[in-house]
Amino acid sequence: MDKHVLLVEDEVNIIEAMSFLLKREGWKVDTHSDGATAVSAIRDARPDLVVLDYMLPGKSGIAILTELRALPDFAALPVLMLTARGQLRDREEAERAGVNRFMTKPFSNTEVLNAVRDLVRV
Amino acid sequence: MTASLNLLIGVSLIYVAFLFAVAFAAERAAVRGRSGWLRTPLVYTLSLSIYCTAWTFYGAVGYAARSGMEYVTIYLGPSLVMIGWWWVLRKLVRIGRSQRVTSVADLISARYGKSNTLAIVVTVMAVVGVTPYIALQLQSVTLALSAFAGPPAADGSAGLNMLSSGFWVAAGLAVFTVLFGTRNLNANERHDGVVIAIAVEAVVKLVALIAVGIFVVWGIAGGVRPMMEQIDASALGTWQVDRSRWAALTVLSAAAFLCLPRMFQVLVVENDDERHVQIASWAFPVYLMLMSLFVVPIAVVGLNLLPPGSNPDLFVVSVPLAEGRTGLAVLSFLGGFSSATSMVIVATLALSTMVSNHVVMPIYLSLKPGGASMSGDVRSVILRARRLSILLIIALGYLYYVLSGGSGALAAIGLISFAGVAQFLPAMLGGIFWRGATRVGALSGLCLGFAIWVYASLLPSFGQGAVLPASFFEVGPWGIGWLRPYAFFGIEGIDPTVHAVLWSLLLNTCVFVVGSLLSFPKPLERLQGAQFVNVFDHSGQARGWHASVAASEDLMIMAQRILGAAEAQALFRAAAREQGMIGHLPEPNPAFLERLERELSASVGTATAHAMVSQMVGAASVSVEDLLAVADESAQMLEYSSQLETKSAELSRTAGQLREANDKLTQLSVQKDAFLGQISHELRTPMTSIRAFSEIMRDAEGLSAAEKTKYASIIHVEAIRLTRLLDDLLDLSVLENGQVSLNPATGRLDAVLDHAVITAGASGDGRLRIVRHKTTADTMLTTDMDRLGQVFINLITNAQKYCRAEAPQLEISVRATPDMLRVEFRDNGTPIPDAARALIFEKFARVAEGDGSGAGLGLAICREIMARLGGDISHVPQASGNLFVVQMPRAAALAAQ
Repeated sequence: MDKHVLLVEDEVNIIEAMSFLLKREGWKVDTHSDGATAVSAIRDARPDLVVLDYMLPGKSGIAILTELRALPDFAALPVLMLTARGQLRDREEAERAGVNRFMTKPFSNTEVLNAVRDLVRV
Repeated sequence: MTASLNLLIGVSLIYVAFLFAVAFAAERAAVRGRSGWLRTPLVYTLSLSIYCTAWTFYGAVGYAARSGMEYVTIYLGPSLVMIGWWWVLRKLVRIGRSQRVTSVADLISARYGKSNTLAIVVTVMAVVGVTPYIALQLQSVTLALSAFAGPPAADGSAGLNMLSSGFWVAAGLAVFTVLFGTRNLNANERHDGVVIAIAVEAVVKLVALIAVGIFVVWGIAGGVRPMMEQIDASALGTWQVDRSRWAALTVLSAAAFLCLPRMFQVLVVENDDERHVQIASWAFPVYLMLMSLFVVPIAVVGLNLLPPGSNPDLFVVSVPLAEGRTGLAVLSFLGGFSSATSMVIVATLALSTMVSNHVVMPIYLSLKPGGASMSGDVRSVILRARRLSILLIIALGYLYYVLSGGSGALAAIGLISFAGVAQFLPAMLGGIFWRGATRVGALSGLCLGFAIWVYASLLPSFGQGAVLPASFFEVGPWGIGWLRPYAFFGIEGIDPTVHAVLWSLLLNTCVFVVGSLLSFPKPLERLQGAQFVNVFDHSGQARGWHASVAASEDLMIMAQRILGAAEAQALFRAAAREQGMIGHLPEPNPAFLERLERELSASVGTATAHAMVSQMVGAASVSVEDLLAVADESAQMLEYSSQLETKSAELSRTAGQLREANDKLTQLSVQKDAFLGQISHELRTPMTSIRAFSEIMRDAEGLSAAEKTKYASIIHVEAIRLTRLLDDLLDLSVLENGQVSLNPATGRLDAVLDHAVITAGASGDGRLRIVRHKTTADTMLTTDMDRLGQVFINLITNAQKYCRAEAPQLEISVRATPDMLRVEFRDNGTPIPDAARALIFEKFARVAEGDGSGAGLGLAICREIMARLGGDISHVPQASGNLFVVQMPRAAALAAQ
């Protein structure tokens, strides 16, 4: 059975690129672009991995992650966070909130795919 | 004889030098705080002996030789006062301490509402009253000198010039008084050096008189019994005592003892401890008794031994001289010299205090511009006034001496003086025992009594016809018989002295009582009256400078307030340890008090510190000079403190500015962080897409042609987005820094709008319908047309991007006034929420969902441009849709960038 990833991202072109890359690796890809409803979307989708943008309309990636970690079923869910802000403080904040991997945009495709493989052993 | 005169002058000079040394040592000890031995009951008693002046030393014998036992009255009056009325003295001393009284004038003035008029009257009376007395001392010393010089030779060369020697004696006394009386200004008018010097002189004169007495009784008469026989045989024993004179003179000397300025000085002002009065009340009469013991024997032996016509006033010196006892004669001279000098010094000190405090200082203060707010050194002015007063008073004494011709019996002059100062008695005693006494009563009583004294006693003393015409004495002034100086109201046959004393004191008292009953006291008088009469209710325990431990506690409380708790406690503890006391409170001895005063004065100023400490320890009031000095210091401190306040205000202003600047910087830093984060995000997002798709196209195999085209166009769009973003950032940066160069041109607003609509329309998807409401008004303006066009394009593009209506529409209309042009952009999209409206003109503020190509810089740029063009852009809330309004002046003040 294919592994399931949920892309929480609001940039159309980035969704396009990530979807292409992950599908080619054999992932089942779903996308969600609204921060405010992201948590319930994750609860409903029950993915094996979440790729979470840092800056989202409605609710920030950090807030979503924090809420997620408070749910017993999702405390251990692998989360890869992507940010375009590139500030050191953001990484620390994300690690405190319980992120599994933190990457700054732009990234190389190989890099992001390696990270995904590390997080979810197929 | 000249040799012995030179010897005498030499011995006198050595004696004066010795007195200087004693006084100087005493002052040094007082300064160091080791003045305990200076202020003992014995010293106090001996200092009272200035009552016994040269008049008593020489004159008593002369008096006895002339008038028999009457001389005893001079000793009897004071003895009665000391024994029977010591409680009056005690009250005076208590009042003097609690009111910080500095002189008789001060006492009377303070009692009657601090009236300076009264003080001046008393001062003048005292100066006039005491002047004959000072003359008397000059006279006695020069007489004694002349006894040594012997009778004038035929050519007059060897004889003594009475006037010039009188002058030199006066000059010497003046110098001594100035040196010792005004070396430093003590706020409580105490003179340790002077007091100890006169105590020494008291011993010298007693020893001298007793030595002469012993020589006369055992050396000449041959023992007590032969002496008694000789006295019985002499005329003295047979002289009848005139009862009225006896009573009058006793009363007079008693009154003078209380009223004489110099007696007041040593009795009250120099008093250190009330308990000394009790001891002096028996010790001083003993001293007087010893002084009077040999008066009669010396007088009798002198009368028998010396040729008839010899001056009995000089028997004390001339008897030993006649017997060839030069040494004894010199000792006797020193005794008289001591009596004279101590009296003159203390009397002039007391008078100069009065003159400078009540006459010179008020005049100085009223002449000085600014009145009481004087800023000079008050002390130096007071000291100069004192010195000047001393010279004037002694000069006056010398003048009287010259005018009265140096003649007349010593006792007569002394009695005149006594009668003069006795006029203070009613006002003084009335003041401390009768609350009903008023200023009016005191003033009228004093003036009348004084006038009678001048008329009936002082002026006649120059001799009948000298000042008052002889006819006054025979038929009265202008023939008014009842005003004859020696026979008021036609009552004749009374002794002139008794007559003057009787009438002056009687009328003085009557007028004082009647005047007091008829007048109403002012509030201050009433208050002072109560404080004086009930002084024992107000001033608590009798205590000297050696106060109780309770005073230590008070001092501690005060010191803590001024020095701070820790420092004050440390000071007190250290002092207690030095004194060997257990606990933290030291004995408030003079050494400690001075140290405390010094410490305090560093904080509050010398005068204030002294006033505070004296107030607490001595239960004393504060004198006018103290207040002046305190006011002076306070003024300086106020000035200093207002300077500090200004400085502190400046500092807090600066601190405020710094805080503001810091807040601004912090805010800026936060803004900068947010801005950098935004920029990073806006730059990295397109780059992410570009990198991802370029890698896909490079690495992925088997991409379809359609996929390749799609991905390449994404890369293209994102590259354009990046470029536009960079352009906007640079544009905004230039606009914000004010470095933008504007190109003003004159043209029609319509043309700019038309151009903007065309340009924006070309880039849009064509869904937005743009409605232009053409205006007929003149739309000419002068501004930077390109920049204005940029704003319009931005607004149209925003409407294209964000208007989500079914049929998106933008209405553009222009309003023109003579000065301003106004362009409205009204769309039919979703209104911007209230919360977001405040932010839309800020950088990176995106509220509406768009196609993701905007970085949120457009409206920020518009705002900056409009500000540069002298106009503005605003969003006006609408019920539906959005309205952006752009306003600008027709002629932009472009220079105002």
